[in-house]
Amino acid sequence: MSPYKVLIVEDSPTMRQLIVFALKRVRGLTLVEANDGVDGLKKLSGEKFDLIFTDINMPIMDGLKLVSLVRNDPGYKSVPIVIITTEGANEDRERALALGANDYITKPIQTARIVDVAKRLLNM
Amino acid sequence: MTEKGEDRVTKRAEEFLQVFKKGAEFTQDLLKENERLRFQILKMEEGLKNDLEDASPESETEKLRERIAELEREKQQIIDRIKEVEAENLDFANRYIDIETENNNLANLYIASYQLHSTLDFKEVLQIITEIIINLIGAEEFAIMLLDEKTNKLQAVAGEGLDPGEVPTISLGEGIIGEMAKTGENYFIEEMDGYIRDLRHPVVCIPLKIKEHVIGVIVIYKLLVQKSRFAEVDYELFTLLAGHAATAIFSSKLYSESERKLSTIQGFLDLMTK
Repeated sequence: MSPYKVLIVEDSPTMRQLIVFALKRVRGLTLVEANDGVDGLKKLSGEKFDLIFTDINMPIMDGLKLVSLVRNDPGYKSVPIVIITTEGANEDRERALALGANDYITKPIQTARIVDVAKRLLNM
Repeated sequence: MTEKGEDRVTKRAEEFLQVFKKGAEFTQDLLKENERLRFQILKMEEGLKNDLEDASPESETEKLRERIAELEREKQQIIDRIKEVEAENLDFANRYIDIETENNNLANLYIASYQLHSTLDFKEVLQIITEIIINLIGAEEFAIMLLDEKTNKLQAVAGEGLDPGEVPTISLGEGIIGEMAKTGENYFIEEMDGYIRDLRHPVVCIPLKIKEHVIGVIVIYKLLVQKSRFAEVDYELFTLLAGHAATAIFSSKLYSESERKLSTIQGFLDLMTK
């Protein structure tokens, strides 16, 4: 049984696959995928996660809304959230961090960076 | 003197003789011991003399010098070995970084390739190409143009950050885009700084090729704000896109056409059999 459970919220299957591919290199992670913010929230309500990766620009519910809702949930107040996005402007980063995100990764993504951030936030 | 008195004198004389004998034996023992100790002293003096001769200041200094030289040699050997190990460590660290980068690049290429061939739906293929260009290359404004083989003109069929309808139709051989489509060569602008978007003159133009047959081009006008220049892997991705995206587009178009034809034939057969 893997000790850490990670939720990946991303509408692009290519990106999702790339993030999963990167995180599979870290032993001890169970990876769960969600297509958008709403799907992510459903999965969060069903089981307990230790780390969340989310995109910002997604249909139905964007990543920032998801971060805000997750941070208002007492059960997920301290769960680390990482934003993965194309939005590279400083104000976007600051907005995401102010909402409660723990890290901010800009695309094009480097799998090594995803692995480093996951290990750091999970204290591995 | 009485007989009794004589006996007593004799007895005393015998006792005296006994004591005298013991004294004589003791004296003998002392003399022997004295002799032995003298011999020991002589031996020790001789040994000491030899030691003092051996331990002359010159020879001792020489010995110390040799030892220092030996230790210096050992120290140099250790320093050289440490340098070697440090160089090896640096080499390993660099190799690790190279392997990590290569691994990352291969992961990107593998996923791009896997996704491109995961569907036969034309629109989905275009969507996947779009996602690859955004997420793996880091482009913000770009278009996918396909060549109409009847008119020999390139027309945008999908795009990001711009309306494909904005992109002008380009004839084969016309301008940078038409020229690249004609020759099948990749185009990268020399200087990206200060570039102002010109829909006829992109930053990058990548022909989509099946072997040497060009079926369209990808034109990029702007990169994401955090991406200042292309990385090594981008050129590999462009090469991969040129081939795999072309075959994926071509196969999906063929599949759509065959599906359409099949549906028409099916409809015709249904009409005939009714």
